[in-house]
Amino acid sequence: MNPRRSISSNPASTVKSRFTNGFLKALLRINRQRITSTTAYTPREIFRGYLRVKIAADVSMASAIGSRRAWSRAMLRKVRSHGRDGAQVRRMSFLAMRKRNLYGKKIKCVEEDVGCYQANVLRKLVPGGAAMDMCCLLGETAHYIKCLNTQVKVMRRIAEVFST
Amino acid sequence: MSSRRSSQSGTSRITDDQIIELVSKLRQLVPEIRNRRSDKVPASKVLQETCNYIRSLHREVDDLSERLSQLLATIDADSAEASIIRSLIAQ
Repeated sequence: MNPRRSISSNPASTVKSRFTNGFLKALLRINRQRITSTTAYTPREIFRGYLRVKIAADVSMASAIGSRRAWSRAMLRKVRSHGRDGAQVRRMSFLAMRKRNLYGKKIKCVEEDVGCYQANVLRKLVPGGAAMDMCCLLGETAHYIKCLNTQVKVMRRIAEVFST
Repeated sequence: MSSRRSSQSGTSRITDDQIIELVSKLRQLVPEIRNRRSDKVPASKVLQETCNYIRSLHREVDDLSERLSQLLATIDADSAEASIIRSLIAQ
């Protein structure tokens, strides 16, 4: 257990264990839904199965972090609003992001030589990145990468267990 | 923590040192540039490799999600639950 990630001295409350528990419970739910569905093997259902697992993984990780980080807050917000108004929200937030980047309220780049173009590419990759200034963005990116690494490790381990 | 909060209240308070510190943190996380000497890698390269690294992590999550959903579909219900419960206990 990485001590940097734990919020208390209790090993059961590390990010990794919170993510694992949440994700495994979500997999149980998905498994039960699949059993009750009669159309489990159509291509559409197969795609939705993949999407459900991926969303479960992302949401479990964001929930394990909670509201401590801007990126996890942004991801949880996005997933919750998707449930209400899917396509509409995606279209609107895309336009809002374009406006912010091209017109008046431009995101100021504090350091010209840190690469504004690359920074904007990064903003699209990190959840909630569009609204962050450079300093915030870099800090959130570092944390986001650590969490993605944990997510990948745990998912790999789970796939191994399932394969036996 | 406090440096982040003060930077949110006004962008003028971000110092060059903070940016350098964060860029070096990113440098250590990205395997592509971790092994190179730090003074030879410009910040724009760090950002570029960071973006590439995040994209490759996203792809891995996608592949693993697909694999997990296939595994869930092919193994029967009881052994799926048993494997899941076994993993939960193994934590």
